[in-house]
Amino acid sequence: MADRGAVGGRPPTGNRADRGAVGGRPPTGNTADRGAVGGRPPTGNTAGSKQGGFEVGRLVRWDVVVAALLIVVFFGGVGLSPDFGNTDNISFALGDLSEIALIALPMTLLVVCGQVDLSVASVLGLSSALVGKLWDGGMAIETIIPLVLVVGLVCGLVNGVLVTRLGLPSLAVTIGTMTLYRGLAYVVLGTEAVSQFPQQYTDLAVNNVPGTPIPYPIALFAVLALTTAVVLHATGVGRSLFAIGAQEEAAYFAGIRVKRLKLILFVLSGLVASFAGIVYTLRYGSARADNGLGLELTVIAAVLLGGVDFDGGKGTLGGVLAGVLLIGVMRNLLMLNDVANEIQSIVTGLLLVVSVLTPRVIAIVREVRSRGGGSGAPAAAKAAS
Amino acid sequence: MSAPARSAPPTLALVNVSKSFGAVRALQGVTIELHAGEVHALAGENGAGKSTVVKTFAGVHRPDTGEVRVEGRPVTFHGPADAQAAGVAVIYQEPTLFPDLSVAENIFMGRQPRTALGRIDRRAMHARTAELFERLGVALDPQQPARGLSIADQQVVEIAKAISRKARVLIMDEPTAALTGQEVARLFAVTRTLRDQGCAVLFISHRLEEIFEICQRVTTLRDGTYIGTEDVADLTPDDLVQRMVGREVEALYPKQDVTPGEVALKVSRLTREGVFTDVSFEVRRGEIVALAGLVGAGRSEVARAIFGVDRWDAGAVEVNGTALPPGSPTAAMAAGIALVPEDRRQQGLVMDMSIERNMGLTQLRSLRRATGRGPLISRRVERDRAADWALRLQLKYARLSDVVGVLSGGNQQKVVLAKWLATDPAVLIVDEPTRGIDVGTKAEVHRLLSELAAQNLAILMISSDLPEVLGMADRVLVMHEGRLTAEIPRAEATEESVMAAATGRTGAVGEAA
Repeated sequence: MADRGAVGGRPPTGNRADRGAVGGRPPTGNTADRGAVGGRPPTGNTAGSKQGGFEVGRLVRWDVVVAALLIVVFFGGVGLSPDFGNTDNISFALGDLSEIALIALPMTLLVVCGQVDLSVASVLGLSSALVGKLWDGGMAIETIIPLVLVVGLVCGLVNGVLVTRLGLPSLAVTIGTMTLYRGLAYVVLGTEAVSQFPQQYTDLAVNNVPGTPIPYPIALFAVLALTTAVVLHATGVGRSLFAIGAQEEAAYFAGIRVKRLKLILFVLSGLVASFAGIVYTLRYGSARADNGLGLELTVIAAVLLGGVDFDGGKGTLGGVLAGVLLIGVMRNLLMLNDVANEIQSIVTGLLLVVSVLTPRVIAIVREVRSRGGGSGAPAAAKAAS
Repeated sequence: MSAPARSAPPTLALVNVSKSFGAVRALQGVTIELHAGEVHALAGENGAGKSTVVKTFAGVHRPDTGEVRVEGRPVTFHGPADAQAAGVAVIYQEPTLFPDLSVAENIFMGRQPRTALGRIDRRAMHARTAELFERLGVALDPQQPARGLSIADQQVVEIAKAISRKARVLIMDEPTAALTGQEVARLFAVTRTLRDQGCAVLFISHRLEEIFEICQRVTTLRDGTYIGTEDVADLTPDDLVQRMVGREVEALYPKQDVTPGEVALKVSRLTREGVFTDVSFEVRRGEIVALAGLVGAGRSEVARAIFGVDRWDAGAVEVNGTALPPGSPTAAMAAGIALVPEDRRQQGLVMDMSIERNMGLTQLRSLRRATGRGPLISRRVERDRAADWALRLQLKYARLSDVVGVLSGGNQQKVVLAKWLATDPAVLIVDEPTRGIDVGTKAEVHRLLSELAAQNLAILMISSDLPEVLGMADRVLVMHEGRLTAEIPRAEATEESVMAAATGRTGAVGEAA
């Protein structure tokens, strides 16, 4: 590795001349004194450097590949089944994605930051059960919703505290709470189902925004997705998440409040999952403890499919958006063609494996190519670590 | 020591080798001859092409033009296995042993001696390992697991492995970078033994004094081109530096005289149980205070506690008169402390992030404020600021959007410095600021520190490099086993006085305690 750097970092000859400028006082964000130092446009250096052929492969980004795949599958679907392209079906397919799409947003932030929350589907189930129980007990929906959201928030807080204060890995913590929260859902509602929610609310969960084929939950998702994209890609918080995911220790040494950020993300994840539970309950008009069983895996599949690195530090929200939509389109197409449920899950599973595998394979091929043949030492290093 | 007339062809040689990666010429017309019974140094700044030479010898790279010769015959290494078969062994700075296997098992991995029944003959393996260690003159237990061995011991195991494979050429790529003085001495003893037994050794180090201590000849590279091969005995360190850098290097320790200002950092009776005890000192504006001591004396731990990445159990830290809460890097940064940490790759930089983003990571808030657009980061401000610092620190880079991992060690360190100087600190703590950095960049870092001090920055410098401590510091604090054992003013600081305090041989404890 070090060698490749050494080769790439040849001196841009232009730099040596202005040695006198070095060590001037730091700029402290004051643009005025930049001119004095002769702040040269950074592009000046690019001319002198040559990167050779290694870079070409890097231009093909995985999220772009997924977006392209989405378009291909979409138009392939339009050609394949006549029902696929009609407005009602699109609206239905979108609505069917509501919970997955909503939960995918905080999940993206978590995975970018090197964490994961497997308990989201259980929080969804617990929220659904609570909505049913409280509605059955005669409470008004207007009171139930904030109450259930608080419970979701507390669920997230428990995850976050276990991860940040006790230093446990999030995978282990949320496998535990996944079972715990689902168990609580059964405690709340048992195996019964509660239905007959007020029409005005179920309508809100199912109906489209007037004049569009877009259901209300998806419209809300669009707003939240835009916000999340801005936070992740254009703010200091987003930068911090990428830094934490890529190298937590270095992020901590740069003064980033690693624990606090992680805690906030887990809380957010719980909150959104419980909101998704409310949406789910109203959309199906049915509150059950086992609602959304296994949904966490579909969400994570969509996030990884969208090109977010499970090890953290890499990914784009656009990619996740494409991943979510691709999963939705595939599910809808398979459903329209009466493909059995088992096959649907096999297809989702394959997509996930391919999405995780392909970037790795590309990376390995690239590495082998640039090294000009494998060597024994790195292999031993990997085995030893 | 002067070059004898050599009748035998060199054991291993590169003859007029050139190698390019894409458009980058890594090597151009390089010739190096390694003779049996000789320790040969390869000198050059970072990026000069040393690693490419090593990898060509090791069979990882194949030359575009020119030849690799073994015993005078041209050969082609199709991979590392070919080079190994030809008797070439490479000892890296950080060896890669299997931690759960014993030392002997590591050495005979894949070639374990068998009993008549085909099982691994542990007794024979241990006996042969012991024999190897005896030959190298080191005391290591063959049955000890590799986990927990010091880096120095791991290198010895690698060397033993190489010898057991009948290696005739040993290539040591910066083997001493992470070793203590005693460990270096032992490594050199082993190296001399091997040399006397007829091995050819290629030795790479940034520490010039080591080249002069152990090597007979030195080949110098600069920007991938071959500068020359000379007898070490005919050179002075200044000559060698001049050949490596191609220009006169400004003084390596350009310390300016300053009159210290008011106290910027005050550490009072700081204690972290089991790590360091009752540490008190002050650093004034304009002053460079060195914190010296042996590895493990608790110096870095004190720095970490001051900066807040570790908590402390007792005591206090004040910056410009304001007390810091324990365990908060954010508070420490707000108060004006900056820490350039010991481990560049883990703590200093996010290796997969771009140069500009790494530089911006400490100032996410001001990148934001400068936009005047609410919470959004301005990439323009980020890039301009990074370009500014790159220019001031003479960073050598291709594009600011390149990941920082592709830079050489010295340039990576400049990015860490830039990232912290950009926070406009009042107190700068630098932990091993020039470790693993080539001589030219080292002088630049020293000059930078000196200028920063002259501009009223208070600098606390932790360093294991004694010449650096003596050359740069206005005062030297010495730690031994978690305690401050001496405070030595510049005029009285010598290698002897610092080492005496560092090893606890001094009775007189300075006013510090």
